[in-house]
Amino acid sequence: MSKLRETLEAGKFAVTAEICPPRGTDVADFIEKARLLKDKLVAANVTDNQRAVMRLSSFAASVLLLKEGVEPVFQMTCRDRNRIAIQSDLIGASVLGIENVLALTGDHVSFGDHREAKPVFDLDAVQLTATIKTLNDGHNLKGKELRGATNFFIGAVVAPGTIPFEPEWIRFKKKISAGARFFQTQAVYDMDGFKRFFERAEGLDVKILAGILLLKSAKMAEYLNKNVPGVDVPQSLIDELTAAPDQLEKGIEIAARQVKALRGYCHGAHIMAISQEASVPKILELS
Amino acid sequence: MIITKKKTIEDITASLEGKKSVYLFGCNSCAEQCKTGGAEELKSMTETLTDKGFKVTGSSLVDETCYTQLVKREFRKVDAVKKSDAVLVLSCGAGVKCVADEAEDIGDGTQTIVPALDSMFLSSVERVGRFFEGCSLCGECVLDKTAGICPHTDCPKGLLNGPCGGVDEGKCEVMLDNDCAWVRIYTRLKAQGRLELMEEIASPKDYSTTTRPRNVLLR
Repeated sequence: MSKLRETLEAGKFAVTAEICPPRGTDVADFIEKARLLKDKLVAANVTDNQRAVMRLSSFAASVLLLKEGVEPVFQMTCRDRNRIAIQSDLIGASVLGIENVLALTGDHVSFGDHREAKPVFDLDAVQLTATIKTLNDGHNLKGKELRGATNFFIGAVVAPGTIPFEPEWIRFKKKISAGARFFQTQAVYDMDGFKRFFERAEGLDVKILAGILLLKSAKMAEYLNKNVPGVDVPQSLIDELTAAPDQLEKGIEIAARQVKALRGYCHGAHIMAISQEASVPKILELS
Repeated sequence: MIITKKKTIEDITASLEGKKSVYLFGCNSCAEQCKTGGAEELKSMTETLTDKGFKVTGSSLVDETCYTQLVKREFRKVDAVKKSDAVLVLSCGAGVKCVADEAEDIGDGTQTIVPALDSMFLSSVERVGRFFEGCSLCGECVLDKTAGICPHTDCPKGLLNGPCGGVDEGKCEVMLDNDCAWVRIYTRLKAQGRLELMEEIASPKDYSTTTRPRNVLLR
């Protein structure tokens, strides 16, 4: 059984982090990051052409993690594959030993490095979640019985800071009825706001890992506020970073503080340390 | 209405390279309203091509260039059409297709048919000169469930089960000036007391209705 599932179902605090696959066949750095995080995390997410920028597939990179003894969370978006490819890749992932899947809509191609590409979105994230559940139940989307079912621990994402929040809440509940068992959230900085969301979700019988995005500098915090929907870094944190002699160190300290606060009540934390994966062990030590 | 935009004159003359005489077709329907293929545009295209050294042999402003019978009539009636090296069509692609088919049917099939416009979308018209995509022609209308706001057309991802994580204070993250289609659907359904429609999981869309080319035969 998936370690992530086991940990969460046992009521233990689960820590995951994100690793981004390389653009090309040189996977040395990727493997190095995997080794660095190996015993620090329950599982590591592998992003699926994040921000619509073409990279090594999350499927292949997840298999690389398995070989390194790191349990992957295979991220799958709806942007680049139709329902045939989605089901086929999911069965492939299952056969190769991948046990966790995270279903996402995916960023639009207009954000990425191939802006002329055709955006697929044959399914949306709710339908993708339901598709994984269908494969787990031993059928394909047409109701035909599979020769061997998948056994995925199904995850999805939610953005607790979205304004307005009610439409997002409706979709969150739809993802749960579609079969999502765990959620990783968009980056949260308003910890009180997150706690209110968490309490509202109690009773829905899902596990929630709060998204912790490492702030590398005050400049990055300002960038996030300006450009990333649903992310709102409070001014107090920006001031704290600005005043620090080493902003990255301060960012690590802030992330650790957030993880520590989460340990009190939340099911887990999902650390996103874009290109700073090496800082993850330190965040965890301090938390 | 079908919205079209003009190709650049460089693109058009590149497609006409090597041709000496050109006949023009305009469209007095959609393209006239878009100011891309009406009487005025035929006149200015005639002048431009003449300046560039082409012999413009004449022009027809057809009521609807996408109507085969009307195009056929021009080919039969106007001798200059068949005698020109090329025909430049200032209409949407459906009009260009009709002209190309008649050029083969009634002409000798050797003429080069050149589109002067790019076809964009099926529009709702806010006022003269202000057009918004109104329908994606998806073959499976869901507007009853979405309070008249189309998730295929108004959401850049065509999502059927609510907004993506990119909603930013009610705005779309792809088309920054637009309100998120799903936030609008939510607001309208809520006002109508029909939010339960949004809470139902919508199944994957049936794309078998959109296998191309589509056709209809009324009996």
